[in-house]
Amino acid sequence: MTALVIAEHDHASIKPATLNTVTAAIACGGEVHVLVAGANAAEAAKAAAQIAGVTKVIAADSPSLAENLAENVAAQVLAIAANYSHILFPSTANGKNVAPRVAAKLDVAQISDITKVDSPDTFERPIYAGNAVATVQSSDATKVITVRTTGFDAAAATGGSATVETAEGVADSGKSSFVGREVTKSERPELTAAKIIVSGGRALGSAEKFMEVMAPLADKLNAGLGASRAAVDAGYAPNDWQVGQTGKIVAPQLYIAAGISGAIQHLAGMKDSKVIVAINKDEEAPIFSVADYGLVADLFVAVPELASAL
Amino acid sequence: MKILVPVKRVVDYNVKVRVKSDGTGVDIANVKMSMNPFDEIAVEEAVRLKEKGVVTEVIAVSCGDAKCQETLRTAMAIGADRGILVETTEELQPLAVAKLLKALVDKEQPQLIILGKQAIDDDANQTGQMLAALADLPQATFASKVDLAADKVTVSREVDGGMETLTLTLPAVITTDLRLNEPRYVTLPNIMKAKKKQLDTFKPEDLGVDVKPRLKTLKVSEPPKRGAGIKVPDVAALVDKLKNEAKVI
Repeated sequence: MTALVIAEHDHASIKPATLNTVTAAIACGGEVHVLVAGANAAEAAKAAAQIAGVTKVIAADSPSLAENLAENVAAQVLAIAANYSHILFPSTANGKNVAPRVAAKLDVAQISDITKVDSPDTFERPIYAGNAVATVQSSDATKVITVRTTGFDAAAATGGSATVETAEGVADSGKSSFVGREVTKSERPELTAAKIIVSGGRALGSAEKFMEVMAPLADKLNAGLGASRAAVDAGYAPNDWQVGQTGKIVAPQLYIAAGISGAIQHLAGMKDSKVIVAINKDEEAPIFSVADYGLVADLFVAVPELASAL
Repeated sequence: MKILVPVKRVVDYNVKVRVKSDGTGVDIANVKMSMNPFDEIAVEEAVRLKEKGVVTEVIAVSCGDAKCQETLRTAMAIGADRGILVETTEELQPLAVAKLLKALVDKEQPQLIILGKQAIDDDANQTGQMLAALADLPQATFASKVDLAADKVTVSREVDGGMETLTLTLPAVITTDLRLNEPRYVTLPNIMKAKKKQLDTFKPEDLGVDVKPRLKTLKVSEPPKRGAGIKVPDVAALVDKLKNEAKVI
């Protein structure tokens, strides 16, 4: 029984989501291998070999793997899939994009977004925006899984000494091509890796106010910036800041929600945070029902005051 | 050009579901059901492409029990031209739905299939990608912009850290994200018109698909409850709590 983890990487280094996925793979009970599918990704493969608990890294290097195109990455995974009992992807945009292609081609069910491994064939996963937890058992020969990274601790990034084996890179499918990417430039920590997150809602009123009020607090705390769906839909914050059922699922040490009422869909994305602070002028706001510390106040006064008090 | 739009009937997004006390599932008796919100965005996008003149026919598909007809009528009220119901009372998992859709893709030969990126009941986020794999088609998931030409489609996607743009050859599969469009309100005349549109029904056997579930749900339980904490009177008290009690800053 051997598990394969599909690494999330930027060709030069391994992204933290890979480390949580390795922990889930170890919990499946067998040896753990990591596939680094990339282009000129030797550095990422070297980093993967250092992860504690990993015994082998498979490095597939090809121009067809430069942009994470789902068709090509899935083909690369399928080329070695027969050797594995479990194939685990982090529940990132890339993982969610590729995993179902692999499962369908293997004619097996996929188990999405697991938060716990009960046994090698039984897993727990949230459904209905986290309002229920399903325990599911798979009878398929290969378990194709995406891993909710907040459900598992990160494996140590160093201390391992896996062998690195190369695999032939797949040919391009010829059916999809990469045109371009607009990366949100930010000095702030990524949402899914941030220890502290400061999140704003529709009450901010405009994109300018959002930055003017929320950014100084985030800077003071070296925090990631998040937003409710309402704030993103209104154009106050970029798409990839959205925390919630269909956005980012986060679990930082400290989550500060300002002007967020706390819709079910938002709570689904942040209720596993260690400490939650809510600042809202409506004392009936549902966000207070999950907050460790609630402050009933006007955020335009309280947030700047908090920033200057730190 | 034909577009196929699969739609799912789910518990309305405003309903907070309750776990049954015997742990067999969630209680959906007498609960409001609606079209999955992402699928509504998919129907809207397909209808807009038709209104722009690039597309000639929009076909809505739903898989499930007879009540899914309501969901198909809603899709037709938004502007889909006809509906197909694959009727079964069996529990349908994403792989089974993808196989049913693959059979319909073979039959109808659409150039584009637009699906919601995930259903808000099982939160699986699988069906579109599985369909693409089974039909050997390229995919663009989590779409926030779609530009359709005669032989290709260019799609902007919401990914971690920003946006990316892909071009796919047709036929292709697209799954929708929230910001792709804002679905229109359906008007009464359009609801009336939708009642007269063609709706065909198949059984999974007619399409030669085995829909037996692969995953067995052993139990469904309540998530660990997070209790409400305390209210603090002012910012100074909040800072004190965070520093000295929670010790997170």
